[in-house]
Amino acid sequence: MDITFLLNGESVELRDVSPTATLLDWLRDERGLTGTKEGCNEGDCGACTVMVTDACSARALNACILFLPQLDGCAVRTVEGISAPDGTLHPVQRAMIDYHGSQCGFCTPGFVVSMAVAHLNGDTGHDDALAGNLCRCTGYAPIIRAAEAATSQPAPDWLKDTPPASLGSQIPSGGLRDRQPPSLNAPETLDDLATAYAARPDATLIAGATDVGLWVTKSLRDLDDVIFLNRCTELQQIEETDGSFRIGAGVTMDRVLKAVKDLHPSYAEMIRRYGSAQVRAAATIGGNIANGSPIGDNPPALIAMGATLHLRAGDHSRDMALEKFFIDYGKQDRAKGEFVEAVTIPRHAPGLKVYKLSKRFDQDISAVCGAFNITLSEGTITDARITFGGMAGIPKRASAVEIALIGKPWAEATIRAAMAQMAEDYTPLSDMRASADYRLRTAENMLLRYWHEDQGIASNVLEVSA
Amino acid sequence: MSVAKPLPHDAAHLHVTGQARYVDDIPTPKGTLHLAFGLSTIAAGRITAINLDAVRAAPGVVGVWEAKDLPSDCDCSPSAHDEPMLSGATIHYLGQPIFLVAATSHLAARKAARLGQISYAERDAILTIDEALAADSRFEDGPRIWEKGDAGEAIDTAPRQISGVIEMGGQEHFYLEGQSAMALPQEGGDMVVHASTQHPTEIQHKVAHALHLPMHGVRVETRRMGGGFGGKESQGNALAIACAVVASATGKPAKMRYDRDDDFMITGKRHDFRIAYRVGFDDHGVISGIEFEQYTRCGWAQDLSIPVADRAMLHADNAYHLPHARIESHRLKTNTQSATAFRGFGGPQGMLGIERVMDHIAHDLGMDPVAVRRANYYAAEVAGGQPPAPAAPPRSLSGKMKEQDIASRGSEELVENTGAMEAVARQTTPYGQVVEDFILDQMTDRLLSSCDYDARRVAVADWNGGNSVIKKGLAFSPVKFGISFTLTHLNQAGALVHVYQDGSIHMNHGGTEMGQGLFQKVAQVAADRFGVPLEMVKITATDTGKVPNTSATAASSGSDLNGMAVKAACDTIRDRMANHLASLHQCAARDVVFADGQVSVPGETYSFAKVAQLTYEARISLSATGFYRTPKLSWDRIKGQGRPFLYFAYGAAISEVAVDTLTGEYRILRTDILHDAGSSLNPALDIGQVEGGFVQGAGWLTTEELVWDDSGRLRTHAPSTYKIPACSDRPDVFNVALWDGRNREDTIYRSKAVGEPPFMLGMSVFMALCDAVAACGDGYPALNAPATPERVLAAIERLRDGV
Repeated sequence: MDITFLLNGESVELRDVSPTATLLDWLRDERGLTGTKEGCNEGDCGACTVMVTDACSARALNACILFLPQLDGCAVRTVEGISAPDGTLHPVQRAMIDYHGSQCGFCTPGFVVSMAVAHLNGDTGHDDALAGNLCRCTGYAPIIRAAEAATSQPAPDWLKDTPPASLGSQIPSGGLRDRQPPSLNAPETLDDLATAYAARPDATLIAGATDVGLWVTKSLRDLDDVIFLNRCTELQQIEETDGSFRIGAGVTMDRVLKAVKDLHPSYAEMIRRYGSAQVRAAATIGGNIANGSPIGDNPPALIAMGATLHLRAGDHSRDMALEKFFIDYGKQDRAKGEFVEAVTIPRHAPGLKVYKLSKRFDQDISAVCGAFNITLSEGTITDARITFGGMAGIPKRASAVEIALIGKPWAEATIRAAMAQMAEDYTPLSDMRASADYRLRTAENMLLRYWHEDQGIASNVLEVSA
Repeated sequence: MSVAKPLPHDAAHLHVTGQARYVDDIPTPKGTLHLAFGLSTIAAGRITAINLDAVRAAPGVVGVWEAKDLPSDCDCSPSAHDEPMLSGATIHYLGQPIFLVAATSHLAARKAARLGQISYAERDAILTIDEALAADSRFEDGPRIWEKGDAGEAIDTAPRQISGVIEMGGQEHFYLEGQSAMALPQEGGDMVVHASTQHPTEIQHKVAHALHLPMHGVRVETRRMGGGFGGKESQGNALAIACAVVASATGKPAKMRYDRDDDFMITGKRHDFRIAYRVGFDDHGVISGIEFEQYTRCGWAQDLSIPVADRAMLHADNAYHLPHARIESHRLKTNTQSATAFRGFGGPQGMLGIERVMDHIAHDLGMDPVAVRRANYYAAEVAGGQPPAPAAPPRSLSGKMKEQDIASRGSEELVENTGAMEAVARQTTPYGQVVEDFILDQMTDRLLSSCDYDARRVAVADWNGGNSVIKKGLAFSPVKFGISFTLTHLNQAGALVHVYQDGSIHMNHGGTEMGQGLFQKVAQVAADRFGVPLEMVKITATDTGKVPNTSATAASSGSDLNGMAVKAACDTIRDRMANHLASLHQCAARDVVFADGQVSVPGETYSFAKVAQLTYEARISLSATGFYRTPKLSWDRIKGQGRPFLYFAYGAAISEVAVDTLTGEYRILRTDILHDAGSSLNPALDIGQVEGGFVQGAGWLTTEELVWDDSGRLRTHAPSTYKIPACSDRPDVFNVALWDGRNREDTIYRSKAVGEPPFMLGMSVFMALCDAVAACGDGYPALNAPATPERVLAAIERLRDGV
């Protein structure tokens, strides 16, 4: 594929790049830019963090699972481009020195880039901005002191990149001499995408590559045919109506979080913990649904809200309740050549609570993710949609629990009785994240937590202070 | 004066700009080969057939080696010569390297390494402590047992007795920079190796052995590591040997780095332990006798497990006087990764045993755990009351020398040693060393007061009385950590210092930089000796060609040993300069003053550079080596008697946590730490060690869980499944202060070692979790580590169910 992007302010044009060449390898091996480090090669440690600016925003992304074609039409800054061309340090770099924020220094470039992005965006939620950067030496305290100290400094002008037009968009739809039309591998419209995927249903669709990236870097798979979704802006729209949000499959999770923050704060809080800033800025809601993972965190929340999934194949579109999409472990109701186009969720779900349980609070895969959407009327439960991830081979509703709730008075006895039904709904597995017993017990207890929260009983350790 | 200043890390500017160079960042010559290992997929058994044709045929592959193709056994062990780099027919653990691939790229090598066709005859693997005990699978001929007095009698006759067991998991180092090495072939078969290692001499020794070279044929250079934590004391040997073998065979440079998952699967981790205890005490909680049984899984090879297990025994007392003690240690051989050094080196595990005992006694008596701890503290430091050190016997080299790796902590002690000193009341450890410098009483007073312990203890009780779901816990834990290598002869260091004609100074020593700031501290020493600004001192990469026969940068010893060696070298040169000036000016050498970049004699002041020039012109050497050996040590590890440590480093922490009793999730709300670094060489760097060590220690005991399945496969082999603390896991309120004392021993500027001791402050979090769980019922919450949310919830439910 042919692409162009800015690298530390300088234009780069690449021909015939391998679609699965990662930015990290290219930076280190081809450009000798070794400041960007490989720590885990799976997007979990942040040592490879780079700053990527597109038409909308500047974001921190993990270069280890970022394929070069995803950068077409973007501006990239590595740690080498965070300081000014004359060597003047960025305020976060100065502060990291002054506050002793580096020890072994290996994670430091990634931290510096994450901090510079947050600084540029005026984001002062430092813990959250740095949740995807692991440090094994400092215990983080000096890094946070540095981030706080740099907050008052203005963002340097040299970081404000204007991304170039993508090379793909400059090529006519019929192609140009030896250059393929972008509609083949990086379609810019839904129609082109639908056509390309219908013609090559075995192609791998790549949006944020937070999952597919690992197929390449860890499973060492060769992806023979790929279709990138990053240029398809029609897939990246959020449409708001009076009653609903229609969220395009290509909308990244950081944008979903912003969109739902006020209306669905509990869902938004789950998204915050679902992945680091780097992961949320790359991962898409469509990818999290389409990959069919039983431990994806979006589907339980979306199903509890009663989300509708929009699928498309060629010219044909169809809608379904999201829960119907997940048939069995590894099996979804998606035909060959059909792709997830969007998901629609209600604007109003005041009874929605989403609880994510994992060994670590941030950037960890759930042992159990429970979503509860309970509707009350005059002291009686009139509706209950309860869905769990991590409890079965698919994101699955707790039908027996729901039945035990609906029509009953809103009382602890009702809750306790319904908790006992959890074992009817689920027979979870034991693995390295949690035992089956723990999963079942905490799933039951999440319902109790829902009750406690409603009763004003302190239930959230994240809200307690010394 | 540069010493004691809170200066930034010497490489901080390079770190933040991405210029700091690690092994994988060194530009490679054209034609450099990249290596990967093909790994075993079973834990125990024999290879019945191996076909590597597909590996050889894979794109980019240049060469493939099995054990039989190697120039020697390529032993990687730092101790017992029991770690061939490639397995041969017998498989000892799942993840063991079986063959080696060299290819034109890192990715090509990784892809090819997965194509081996290998058939096995599996046998039952020994994976657990119980399986190893049942099979009597162990290192050494039986348990090591150290005794002081008659513990059994003392327990049986005590007013009260309790017993219990605590299990604690291991820990993956998760250095952010994975293992890596590169070998550059030289003329005449010599080899230059760049390695991410804490022990360049070890790499030199093992590479020389593998290639049948004398050690002078191998030069190893280490500028820095991206974290070590003990994981690069011996675990880098395999990569360096592999690179050297390939470089030697092909004449091409060879580089190897483990992908993170391979790093998890191949390399050793912290030893997990089970510690059973039986203790007798009085109604005030004062211990009269105690018995510990320590069981640890050492994995498939001996590595450093013997001294690790020794150090666990040596810290079974922590800060407490144990009048009668029996400590029994089982070093079990299992079909898992060979457990290795990790910050604390067994000390944390031994210490957690006695800390559990303290909490258990407090619970049994209904006393505040702080009061029980203080009731058992060693007697306080006696001013000027330093007992005489025992005379060290002459050292002799035994016939075992030949096969030994004498620069490693894994080698055996060379001599029999002296017995214990005369016991002083409440001052003598179970191994006979007199604790001369005990300052925890004063430190505890100050910490309890500064963090308002008593009031917060009441506030926590109030909270727990009023809250049914979220319970709080508060706990104090002290640390007393012994400083010195327990293999006495390793307590030596060398340095090489040059002063150039322009007055600039080149400094080199045997220590390695892994982030701890050793280089900066030692540079501060050098600048101080010459009275010059720090910028005059160039810090250079550790290099076996400059300083030979170094010990690992380990056991927290880096600045103690190398600081003294550099000081000696600097003083030699400074004295030569002073003598020369004194003769020029007809004054006494002692009247020559080095300060502020200048050198003064009565009536005249020179720049330091000018004095360097004058000294050079007078044909006086401006280069010197320095050497240091730690005094006063003598230790018999078989008897468990002597003085293994020059001194102790102390610390104390108080942590407060909140626990969700419905899920077991928890948060560290606040931690206060007071830590003893003696007269700190650099308080900023020392506080960095304390903060970082604490969080790493808390991680070990909370979210960092290593899970092996029934087939012996490690299931947590990447950061997606193995969870080290993230940013938001540090305490919400985090107060760290240094104790303003000086080391009573004559260490470098009276500072104390600080690398490992703060790690154990993380135990306060674990104890606070126990305290919170205890609020859920009447029983004793025998929480095991790591206290994942699942384990916390299980402990809560045991209490609630009255089990």
